[in-house]
Amino acid sequence: MSEKFDAVVVGAGPAGSTAAYVMAKAGLNVVLIERGKYAGSKNMSGAQLFSAPLEKIIPHFWNEAPVERRVIGNRIVLLSEKSYVAIDFRTDEFNKHPNSFTVLRAKFDQWLAKKAEEAGAMVITNYRVDDVIKENGKVTGVVVGSDKIPANVVIAADGALSFIAEKAGLRGPLHDRQFAVGVKEIIELPKEVIEERFNLDEDEGNTFHFVGDCTMGMQGGAILYTNKESLSLGIVVLIRDLKERQIQVADVVEHFKRHPFVKRLIKKGNTIEYSAHIIPESGIHMMPRLYSDGILVVGDAAGFTLNSGFLQRGMDFAIESGALAAEAVIEAHKKNDYSASTLSIYKRYLEESFVLSDLKTFQKAPLFMENKRIYGLYPQLVCDVFEKIMKIDGTPKQLTYKILRNTMKGKVSLLTLIKDGLGGKGAL
Amino acid sequence: MSEDVKVLSIEAKLGLDVFDVDKEPHITVDFSICETCEQKHCLYVCPAKLYQLEDGKLTYNYEGCLECGSCLIACDKKAVKWNYPRGGFGVQYRFG
Repeated sequence: MSEKFDAVVVGAGPAGSTAAYVMAKAGLNVVLIERGKYAGSKNMSGAQLFSAPLEKIIPHFWNEAPVERRVIGNRIVLLSEKSYVAIDFRTDEFNKHPNSFTVLRAKFDQWLAKKAEEAGAMVITNYRVDDVIKENGKVTGVVVGSDKIPANVVIAADGALSFIAEKAGLRGPLHDRQFAVGVKEIIELPKEVIEERFNLDEDEGNTFHFVGDCTMGMQGGAILYTNKESLSLGIVVLIRDLKERQIQVADVVEHFKRHPFVKRLIKKGNTIEYSAHIIPESGIHMMPRLYSDGILVVGDAAGFTLNSGFLQRGMDFAIESGALAAEAVIEAHKKNDYSASTLSIYKRYLEESFVLSDLKTFQKAPLFMENKRIYGLYPQLVCDVFEKIMKIDGTPKQLTYKILRNTMKGKVSLLTLIKDGLGGKGAL
Repeated sequence: MSEDVKVLSIEAKLGLDVFDVDKEPHITVDFSICETCEQKHCLYVCPAKLYQLEDGKLTYNYEGCLECGSCLIACDKKAVKWNYPRGGFGVQYRFG
């Protein structure tokens, strides 16, 4: 393969396939290289796809894409060992104007890569990109085994571990406090059972986000999403916390599944797949250099994920950043100049978009999330307070405020509670 | 009461996944470093439980690796040499 491409994209996840799609549509000569047997074969996430960024590129994509269910609600669940308190949000608005979908990555990513191929990109699977070619400090292509693939620009869309960004000298070592590990099971259940159990109409879906006992007090959370004929059940735990607490992460999944109120939701389901991946958790604080001469970094490789407590976002950032990187390359192509100064327009596009805007707005979230009380003390406290409010045992009742203060006694001061609350105000 | 939620061993869970195992391991561990490591964080972070202690000695098997990257990030001693499997090899998610 000695043909010189306008662009080589490494990794056919949502970021890479979107970038390849947009560039191919603009008439660029693009190759998309994926190490898996098929796009999506190495990819896992929750997975909840917020539709807006892809909708801009492929209007009403959900009519052709293999999406699972249209998400009409989100239940945020504070979990203690035997109880829970939940906020359950649902809106019919999301039926009219879809906001997000649950997807299964092996199917969805395959479809998106196919779209890139149909748009004119060359898609190569089964090949691992081993390195970048560097000439006089500029990236001028990639190395695949003993082959060299020259290109004007490389887009690193190779996921959270991004060895390409590392090899190009754009990022340093990865830290255990900046990464969580997500572990997931796909649990098969008949469609009718899911719709009955989760109170859903056909094609409607729901997402559950848990915090508290699900991670045994460690930083992280759990999810339960409804797919067409399966549930995605997963836990996310900060790697540093697993190390400190010396708890085996696979056991955390089993612990979560056995919670009395989780057990009911997955009852009689059969696990049909087990998957895991690391997740960047520090957003803007862990961002690599986003561009250099002949290279751009997109999606998870750039650390573009956001955990705002209520939602976990990643694929929407991936798609938007992939599209913006493509736009930057299209500009560079016009000028026939792929230097860092021309490609710097990518950073400007990101700043003007929700990608860097949201990461800046929520830049205090990662630090706020390090507060251990969120994962142990507070969910327990809320559950205990509600239990005391609900319980009628023949003894005189107290005012709710008194119950709260009594439950807090010896566990957390009012000042700490207020401080944490105010911390959340500026972070979430 | 019958068991509504089956307890699956990690071996059973990995048995549900499709793997195309390469002859060459994509991850190698320098056990001479592990001998001096007291914490052995790798024991806790691997979702496939591929790091095990046998008679006080660390063992690792790359078959069954989900390619998640946790061990690479968790090992402070840099004993883990990590690469993706060669193209087409390793785990093949059918759902993801």
